[in-house]
Parts: sequence; C-alpha cells; structure tokens
Amino acid sequence: MLEIFGLRKSFSGFVAVSDVSLQVETRQIAAVIGPNGAGKSTLFNLITGHLRPDCGEVRLDGRDITGVAPHEACRLGLGRSFQRTNIFPKLTVFQNLQAAFLVHKGRGANFWARSDALYRDETEALLASIGLRDQASTLGGTLSYGNQKQLELGLALASEPRVLLLDEPTAGMSATETHETIRLLERIAGERSLTLLFTEHDMEVVFGIAQKIAVLHQGRLIAEGTPQEVRADPEVRRVYLGHGH
Amino acid sequence: MTERVEVALGPGEGVRWRVPWTLIVFLGALTLPWIGSRYDTFLGTQIAIYALFAMSLNLLLGTTGLVSFGHAAYFGIGSYACGILMKTLGVPFWVAFPAAGLMAAGFALIFGFFCVRLTKIYFAMLTLAFAQIVWAICFKWNDVTGGDQGLSDVPFPDLDWMSSLPGFGHMRISEQFYVLTLVLVALCIAALRRLTLSPFGRVLTAIRENPERAAFIGVNVRGYELAAFAIAGGFAGLSGALFGIFNRGVYADFVFWSKSADVMIMTILGGMHHFWGPAVGALVLTLLNQQITAYTEYWPFVLGTILVLLLFAFPGGILGALDSAMGRFWPRRDTSDRDA
Repeated sequence: MLEIFGLRKSFSGFVAVSDVSLQVETRQIAAVIGPNGAGKSTLFNLITGHLRPDCGEVRLDGRDITGVAPHEACRLGLGRSFQRTNIFPKLTVFQNLQAAFLVHKGRGANFWARSDALYRDETEALLASIGLRDQASTLGGTLSYGNQKQLELGLALASEPRVLLLDEPTAGMSATETHETIRLLERIAGERSLTLLFTEHDMEVVFGIAQKIAVLHQGRLIAEGTPQEVRADPEVRRVYLGHGH
Repeated sequence: MTERVEVALGPGEGVRWRVPWTLIVFLGALTLPWIGSRYDTFLGTQIAIYALFAMSLNLLLGTTGLVSFGHAAYFGIGSYACGILMKTLGVPFWVAFPAAGLMAAGFALIFGFFCVRLTKIYFAMLTLAFAQIVWAICFKWNDVTGGDQGLSDVPFPDLDWMSSLPGFGHMRISEQFYVLTLVLVALCIAALRRLTLSPFGRVLTAIRENPERAAFIGVNVRGYELAAFAIAGGFAGLSGALFGIFNRGVYADFVFWSKSADVMIMTILGGMHHFWGPAVGALVLTLLNQQITAYTEYWPFVLGTILVLLLFAFPGGILGALDSAMGRFWPRRDTSDRDA
C-alpha cells in the first residue's frame, strides 16, 4: 500500500503541493483529479523521487521512500508511466521490454553475456499481455501513439511493481483507444494484484474504474472518498465538476 | 508472427551463414608488412591506433549518448604512463601497456565522477575542463613528463621473439610493432564489441535513448554513465600507450583539446550509430589527411568543407549513408547488429 503524509512542495514561494495526505490500500485503484495546475504532476514527482518534498513522508508498504532516487523507488516496487510518452524510441519494442527485464533482474552490469538471448520468454509473455506481440520488431518510436502508451505500460510492468503510478494514461487517445486502455489496465491490475494510482482528465474514465478518488485544488486536497462521495461533495462540485455533472 | 520475431532478433542468427568480414579485414590488414611499403605500414599502425581511440570515444558518444569533449586526456594519460614506465623506469611493455590502461581508467573514474553529475553541454564543458587541466600539468611538470620538451625516445617493446616466427624473420622493429598493434587493437575492439552487445551495453543504449525512462526501469543512470566513462577512458589509454611508442615520443599536444576534436570528427565522419563507424572514420580521415597535405597546406580548410558537406548530406556518417543506400537494394539486416 502507498501512504502519503503531509507532503508539501513550494517553488520559490509558490506552493504547488500543500499538506497532502493520502492512503491507497493494496490492490485499490485510486485516482487523483483536479483542474490544470492543481498540483497533480508535482504530487506524482514527489512520490516517485523526481522532486524532493519540503516536508512530509511517502511510505511504500510501510517503508519510508521519501526523496529516494527514481531508480531506487523503482527497485523498491514503485512503477510509473509518464504523461507524455516515455519509451526508448530507437530500440525495438522487444528490446524496450527486454532492457527493462535485464535491469530488473539485476543483470544490467553484466559485461559479457549476449543481451539478445536473455529473458526472451518473459519479454514474449509481457508483449502478449499488453497486446504488442505483432509489433515486437518495430522500433518503439515508430509505433502509433496508443501503442506507445501500451509499450510504456509494459516498461513499467517489467520491473514487477507492486504500486503503479500512471500520469494521465489515456491523454490524447481516441475514444476507442481510451476504452481499450482502461480495459487493459483493469485486467492487468487484477492479474498482478497491483495497487494503482492515476491522474486523469477524462471523468468518464475516472468514475468508471476508480474505487477511490482524491480531488486536488490549488495544491490542497479538498475531498477524498468513493466516487459517490466525491460526486456528492458540494465543494468538489463547485471548484471542479462545475455545472450539472 | 512469432517467426518474424525470431528472424529479426533471434539467437537463430547463428544458423545463417555469415561472411566473417571482421576476420577478413583483420587478416588483410595483417599482410600489410609483406605486401605494402614501409610507409603503408606506418599509416596502418596509425590508423589501427586511431580506430581504437575513436571506438573508445564512441562507447560514450554513440552508445551512451554522452558528448565528451576531453577524451584526449585519457589518451594522453595512457601515453605518458606507458612512456614513463618504459623509458624512465625500464618496465617491460607487457606490464606498462595494461598499467597505462588502468591508469587512464582510474583518472576517468575520478574526473567522470564529477562530469556525470552534469548533463548535455555542461557535461561536455566539464570533460573539456579536466582535459585542459591534464594538459597544463603535462606541459609544466618537467621532472616527470618532460614539460614542453615532451618525453622523446620512448623505446619499442622487446619483440625479438617475433623474429623467430616463420615469415617474420626479415621484419624491421616498426613492422613488428605494427603486427603487435594490430593484434592488441583487435583484442580491444573485440572486448568493446562484446561489451556493446552485453546487457550492460543495452542499458547504455537505453540511457542514450531516454535517461529519464531508464531511471524508471531501475537504472542508476549516473552509475552506469560513470562506468562507461571509465571503460572508455581505459581503452583510450591503451590506444594512447601504443601511440606514444609508435610516435617514438609523448608530447603535451596528445592531451590538447584539438586532439579531442580530431577523434570526435573521426567518430562522426565514420558514423557514430554504427559499431564500426569510428574505425572507418579513422581510416578515411588519416588517408585523406595524408593525400591532401601532399597537395595543399590548407588541410583544415578541406577538413572543414568535408565536415560541412557530411553533416548536411549524411548526418549518419559514412556507414550511416552506406546503410541507407544498401537498404534500398536489400531488405533490412537484423537490427540487433546495427544499432549496437
């Protein structure tokens, strides 16, 4: 499970995240929503170690991971996908995932083996699981946008995380792609018993799969609860959901 | 669909028969003292050494995506280490040569520790700064490096044993040294090749492609960059050790920034996204230099023109251009070999 206590971050006077506390239970699917500039991405960067919080604490299954380097956080079981797609564009799809397996299995410092021969079965299985088997030998950078997002999910999964953070997993996708991605996420989260925390603009997606929703506004958490509770919250209706949602 | 994957990436490539180009080129080069002139052998030695120097740089430039502008520092440190050990201290080549590589790698580890903390242009500038510091020390430390006089008369290694081999009896020491250089360079390149195709090499490629994502598959990016920096420095040092002996002396301009620029030009000219690119660059640039300086003293002008044309017309370098030209006639070869 992922626990956040009193996280705060300011950039030269501007408070981007202020006293945010949040718990995501093991196997729970949770979403952070909020208008643009509410501090969602900053919050994610604080959790994953890209930014160091001014104060507060992040715990992963009880272990303090506040401010550890991203590669450490990854090793400790925290996976992440990014808002703008973030893959290895000039490696093939297969090599993308294989690289992630090599590192995860601690073989990255091996100078002598042939990397091509390692973890082929694991890579194949993951390719099949994220639905990219047919594109195995395509260069990552030439995939369609939706497929790149799938590949990025695969990269995060190869490290076998327990908690996965997804920054707008369906941003820029067509309605069909969005639908498929959500189905994929739900299936994989179930298969792998993942704890999921994601940000999203598409309210249909959020209310469709999230079991818990936290609402950020101007760096503060103004509401937190089940989708029903959040939908009914007058404060949320006022600042975010707007008229008649 | 699985079959296609197997063909494109598979270990099954061993099943197909491939032309052993590397071996052919190596054996061809080995015959040079028998079929070529003394001058050809001289050029051959220089090309082989520069090829190794450029390939060591490409471990950073092409493989890891680190633009080091001070690679001559490690070449020079290797030269001085080997030269001082052999000339001043009378240490045999077989000890001095690996010691030179270790020394260069050690310094690369120390300087690299600071360099990898910076990125992009700041990284490049810091590598240059360290190289210029090394240059200043080499230039002024008269007692050890010979200062601006350099370290002349570095001895050839003792290669008498080679004369007893059949066919090697008539050879001059400089030709024997060419054979030695060729074998050592080939071994170093084989090691670099192996490294590039290893999991470690794959991680370096991932860092080049996307350091942020690499961190988030669990890569300690700085740690790997530092390892690559030290290894590249070590191989540069080995090439420098050979060059000092070949040149019959070690001078401070081995460490000067223009040397770093030369090796970078070779690498880019040959094609930094191809394993053999830097070697081709070293070959072409050395031969061009010889040909053109025979006709004109404006070699830098010619070199500049070539570079401008190259960067605009063939940004992938010579091998990059050949690759895309061949791609039009033949279907793509396996990708694992290319982008290594």
